[in-house]
Amino acid sequence: MKSLLIYLKNYKKESVLAPLFKMLEASFELLVPLVMAAVIDVGIADKNEPYIIKMCLVLIALGLIGLVCSITAQYFSAKAASGFGTGVRRALFEHIQNLTFTEMDTIGSSTLITRLTSDINQAQAGVNLVLRLFLRSPFIVFGAMIMAFTVDVQAALIFVVVIPVLSVIVFGVMLVTMPLYRKVQSHLDSVLLTTRENLAGARVIRAFNKEEEERERFEEENQTLTDAQKFVGRISGLMNPLTYIVVNGGIIALIYAGAVRVNVGDLTQGEVVALVNYMSQILVELVKLANLIITVTKAVACGNRIGGVLKIQPDMQDGDSIFRPADAISKDAAQRREDIPAVEFDHVSLTYKGAAGESLTDITFRAMRGQTIGIIGGTGSGKSSLVNMIPRFYDATCGMIRIFGNDIRDYKTESLRSHIGVVLQKAVLFKGTIAENLRWGNEKASDEELEEALEISQAKEFVDQKPGRLEFQIEQGGRNLSGGQKQRLTIARALVRKPEILILDDSASALDFATDAALRAAIRSMKDDPTVFIVSQRASSVQYADQIIVLDDGRAAGIGTHDELLVSCPAYQEIYYSQFPKEAVSNG
Amino acid sequence: MADSKKTVHQVSDEKRKPGQGETLKKVFRHLGKYRIFVVFSILLATISVALTLYVPKLTGYAVDYIIAAGKVDFPGVFRVMIQIGVCTLITALAQWLMNVCNNKMTYQVVQDIRNEAFRKIEILPLKYIDGHPYGEVVSRVIADVDQFADGLLMGFTQLFTGVATIVGTFCFMLSVNVTITFVVVLITPVSFLVANFIAKRTFSMFRLQSEIRGEQTGLIDEMVGNQKVVQAFGRGKDVTEQFDEINERLGKAYLKAIFFSSITNPSTRFVNSLVYTGVGITGAFAVVRGSLSVGQLSSFLSYANQYTKPFNEISGVVTEFQNAVACAQRIFDLIEEEPQTPEPEGAAELKDIAGYVKAEHVDFSYVEEQELIRDFNLTVKPGQRIAIVGPTGCGKTTIINLLMRFYDVNSGVISVEGIDIREMTRKSLRAGYGMVLQDTWLKTGTIRDNIIMGRPDATEEEIIEAAKASHIHSFIRRLPNGYDTWITEDGGGLSQGQKQLLCIARVMLCRPPMLILDEATSSIDTRTEMKIQDAFAALMEGRTTFIVAHRLSTIREADVILVMKDGQIIEQGNHESLLAEGGFYKHLYESQFEHRTGEARVSG
Repeated sequence: MKSLLIYLKNYKKESVLAPLFKMLEASFELLVPLVMAAVIDVGIADKNEPYIIKMCLVLIALGLIGLVCSITAQYFSAKAASGFGTGVRRALFEHIQNLTFTEMDTIGSSTLITRLTSDINQAQAGVNLVLRLFLRSPFIVFGAMIMAFTVDVQAALIFVVVIPVLSVIVFGVMLVTMPLYRKVQSHLDSVLLTTRENLAGARVIRAFNKEEEERERFEEENQTLTDAQKFVGRISGLMNPLTYIVVNGGIIALIYAGAVRVNVGDLTQGEVVALVNYMSQILVELVKLANLIITVTKAVACGNRIGGVLKIQPDMQDGDSIFRPADAISKDAAQRREDIPAVEFDHVSLTYKGAAGESLTDITFRAMRGQTIGIIGGTGSGKSSLVNMIPRFYDATCGMIRIFGNDIRDYKTESLRSHIGVVLQKAVLFKGTIAENLRWGNEKASDEELEEALEISQAKEFVDQKPGRLEFQIEQGGRNLSGGQKQRLTIARALVRKPEILILDDSASALDFATDAALRAAIRSMKDDPTVFIVSQRASSVQYADQIIVLDDGRAAGIGTHDELLVSCPAYQEIYYSQFPKEAVSNG
Repeated sequence: MADSKKTVHQVSDEKRKPGQGETLKKVFRHLGKYRIFVVFSILLATISVALTLYVPKLTGYAVDYIIAAGKVDFPGVFRVMIQIGVCTLITALAQWLMNVCNNKMTYQVVQDIRNEAFRKIEILPLKYIDGHPYGEVVSRVIADVDQFADGLLMGFTQLFTGVATIVGTFCFMLSVNVTITFVVVLITPVSFLVANFIAKRTFSMFRLQSEIRGEQTGLIDEMVGNQKVVQAFGRGKDVTEQFDEINERLGKAYLKAIFFSSITNPSTRFVNSLVYTGVGITGAFAVVRGSLSVGQLSSFLSYANQYTKPFNEISGVVTEFQNAVACAQRIFDLIEEEPQTPEPEGAAELKDIAGYVKAEHVDFSYVEEQELIRDFNLTVKPGQRIAIVGPTGCGKTTIINLLMRFYDVNSGVISVEGIDIREMTRKSLRAGYGMVLQDTWLKTGTIRDNIIMGRPDATEEEIIEAAKASHIHSFIRRLPNGYDTWITEDGGGLSQGQKQLLCIARVMLCRPPMLILDEATSSIDTRTEMKIQDAFAALMEGRTTFIVAHRLSTIREADVILVMKDGQIIEQGNHESLLAEGGFYKHLYESQFEHRTGEARVSG
C-alpha cells in the first residue's frame, strides 16, 4: 500500500487540505460542549436569557462554519481519491503493457484483471475514506482529551487512561481480523473456481454423471466459507461492545471524580456535564471508526496486491538499435547482405521460469531470407517455444539468437516486433470491425492492402458473405465467428504488416486440408517474400519447406529438406508415415 | 451456433422483471428458517438500545446529585454509578450476541442461496450455459451474493437498532419533557429531506460512473486477457491511449459522483446541530423557568444527538438495501431459471446396451427462425462406426449435442435400444457413452482424479493401464508427483495435446458401451496418435462409435458417413457409395489429394 502512495503526490495539496479542513470542522464540534457548559454555568445560573440566546447563536454559527469546512474537505478528498485511482489504474495498465511473457505466465491474466478493476476500486474507496474520516476520529479522540485538560487537569487524567485502552482494543481487533479476512477471501476464491469450472465443463461433468459429486464439493467449500465468515464476524463484532464498556467505565470514573471535585469547589456542575459529553463524543467516533475499519482493512489488502504487481520489474533489458532489415549490415562487413541469415539460432537453450527442465536444448540453425522453415514434432516437443523466441517473447537461457546478423537483444523490442508477423496458436480477435482488427497489423494499411491480406489468408470468401464486409462487427472474443474463420483473420492480420518474418504457430489447425493447402500456396507466392516459419502437426503442411526442423523433446532430431529427412531422420519418418501410409504415398 | 448464442441471451433477458416487493418476499422466505435468530436479534436490539438510552438518563441523575461545593449527594452518586456499570455490561453482552445472531443468519441465508444457485447450475439446460458468458453467471453467484450479504447484514444491524433507537429516544424524551421533544421531532426530518434531495440529484452521476466503469472493464478484459497478442503486435501504446481516454472520463465522473453524494453527511450533521441548538435554547429557558433540571437538560442533549443519528444512517442503509435487493433479484433470476426438461415418472434405466441407435425424422434448431437439421434419419447397428465429416464450422458438434441429450430435438425421436432417449434417465443414457471432446476440459484436482472420473473405483493397475494405452503414462511418471500431481483450472501446466491424452485415458478406463469422439486427437501429434491408434481400435471393437474427424483415413473405414454442410446433413452413406454419388463428399475428398499432387508439382 505504501508504494502506492506516490500516486497521491500530484495531489499533495488536496491530501493535506482534506484532513486539515476535516480537523477544523472537528475542532468546532469540540467547542460545542464548552459553549453548552457556559450556558449552564452562566446563562442558567444567572438566569441570563439574552446570554443563552447569544450562546445558541454561537452554536449555530459553529455548525455553519463546520458545514463549510466539511464540504471543502469532501471536495479535496474526492479530488485526491479520483486522482489517485486514475493514476494507479493508468500506471498499472501501462506496467502490464511492459510485462514480459514469462511474467504474464506466472501471474495469469485473470489476476491482472482483478487487480485493475475491483482491487483499484477498493483501494480508491479506502483513500477517500481515510482522507475524509479516518483521521478525523483520532483527532476527535485526542481533541476531546485536550479539551478535557482545559476543563480540569485531574479529571482529564481519566482520559489518559481510557484512550490507550481503547486503541489497544481497536488495533487488536484489526490485527486479529486482517489475516482472517484474507482467509475468507481465499475460501471465496475456491467457491468461485468451482462455479466457473462447472460452467466451463458442463458437458464433461454431465457426460460422466458427476453432478452429484460436484454439488457435494461445492457445498463443502461453501460451508468452509460460511464458517470462516461467521468466525471473523464474531471477533470483529467484539469491538463495539468492548469500547462501549471502556467508555462507560470512563464516564463512571468521571462522575466519581466530578462529585469529589465539585464537592470541594474545584469544579462546576456544567463542567462535569462537559467532561461527560467529551467522553460520549469519543464513543460516537469509535463506533464510526469501527464501521470504517473493515473497508480500510480491505483497501490496504487490495493496495498491497496492486503494489505487488507494480513491484515486478521486467526481467528483459530492451536494446537500443532500431530494426532495419533493409540495410542490415553484419558487424562482419565482408559478409554480403544476401548472405546474412534472417534468423540464426546459435546453440540456443530455453528454460522457463520455475520449470524443472529445459524446454529447448542446444538448437542451432540458420534461416535465410525468403526461406520457408517447417517445424514439426510431437506434443510438447518445444515447437511453440522455438518460434516464440524469434519475436523475443522469451529470452534464451543459453546461446545466442541473431536476427539479420545482430544479437536479438540489441534491438528495440518494439521495432523488432513491428517487422515480425506472428499468428499465435490461440486465435484472438477484438471487438470492432474486421478492418479495425486487421489494422492491428499496420494502422496505415489501405483497404487494398487489407483485401490482399484477406485473399492470401483464404478469408476473402467468408468475409464477402458477411454483411458490411470489412465493416462487419466482430463481437468480443470473436464469438460470432467460427474457429476456422478466426484463424484465417488472425493470419490476415499478421500479413497486413507485410512482415519480414512470418510465424504461423499451428495456426491452421481448424482449417480443413484443402483450405490449409491453398493458404500455404498463397503465402509462398507473396511478393514481399518473407521468411516463413510454419509450426504444424501435419507433415503435409511442412513437407515443401526449404528446411524442416524436427523437434523431439526439446532437441533438434533432424534439420533438412523433406527428402533428406525421409532418408536420414527416424523421427521424421515416423511422423510422415503415420499420416501418409506407405502404400498411399507410392500410389500418389 | 455463434449467432444462436446471442439470440438465446436476448430472449432470456427480456423475460419477466419481478418487482422489488416480490424479491423481498423471497428474501423473507429464505429468512424463515432462521426466524428464531431474527426474533432474538430484535429482542437483543431492543434490550441494548433501551439500556444505551437509559445511561444518559442515569448520567443526568448523577449530574443533579452534584450541584455545587458541599452540595454533593455521594450515596446517590454511588447508586447511579453502580446502575450505569450494570447497564453497560448487559448492553455490551446484548450487543455482542446480537452481532453473532445477525452474522449467523446472514451467512446462513447466503450459504443457502449459493447452494441453491449451484444446484440450479447443475440442472440448467446446456442452452442456457452456452448462451450466457460464464463470467456473468459466476458474478451472480459470487459478487451479487456478496453484495446481498453486505446489504442484509447492514440492514439487520442498523435498521433494527436504528428504529429501536428512534422509538426509544422518543419515549425517553417524552418522559422528560413534552415541549422540547416536540422541537426535536419537528426539526429532525429536515435531515431526511436533505439526504433524499441529494441522493436524487446524484443518482444519474453514479449511473454515468458505472457505465464508464463497465466500458473500461470491457477494455481491460479484452486487452489484458489477450496481452500476448497486444504485445506481439506492439499495440501497447495505442491500447494505453484508448485506456487513458476512458480513464480520464472515469476520473471526472468519479469526482462528481463522490463529491456531490458526500455532501449528504455534512448537511445532515448541520441539521443535527440545529436540533442540538434548539434543544439547548428551549431547554435552557425551561431550566430558568424551573420546569427542568440541569441534569435533565444534559440527558436531553444526548438524546437529541442519539435521536438524529439513525436518521442519517437510515438513508445510507436504504440505498445499500435497495442495492442488495437488486442483487438478490439477479440471483433469484438464476435460481428460478427454467431447468432442463425433467425426466418422466418412472424413466427407464438404460442397461445392457448393445449399441443400437436410431434417429427418426429429427428436426432441430438452436433458434427458432434458423432451422438446422431437418428430417434426419439414421439407423446404427451395434458395433458400427459413424463418421461425421464436413468443412470447418459446419456444426458437426450439433449431432453430439443431440445424441448425449445436451439439447432436445424439436421433433422426431432419437432412440437407444429402441427406447426414446427422453423416456430414460439422463444418467443412464450418458453412462452409456464415452466421450472425448475437441475442447478438452480437466477439473482442478490431481491427474488421478481426472482419469478416474468415469470410474472412481478403478484400481491403480487399471489406471496405469489406461494411461499406458493413451501413451501418457511415461509423461505422468516424470511429473514431480506422478499421478498425484495437482493440475489447476483448465489444465494449466499441460499442453493441449497432453490434456487430450488425459481425456482419452479417462474414456479408456471406463470402457463404456458406446463412444463419441469429437476430433479426439486433433491436438495430438501424429506419431503419438499412431501409437494410440491400436488402443483406440481395440476400444472401438464391437462398440457403436460416433467420430467427428478431419482425417480421411479414419473416415474411410466408417460404416456410415454423415456429410454436413452449414449445419445440415447433406449426404449419408459409406465411402464408396458417396464417391460414386459424386456429390459434396467427392469434392471434399478430392480437394485434399488434388492439392497434395498440386503441391508436389509446384515444388518439383
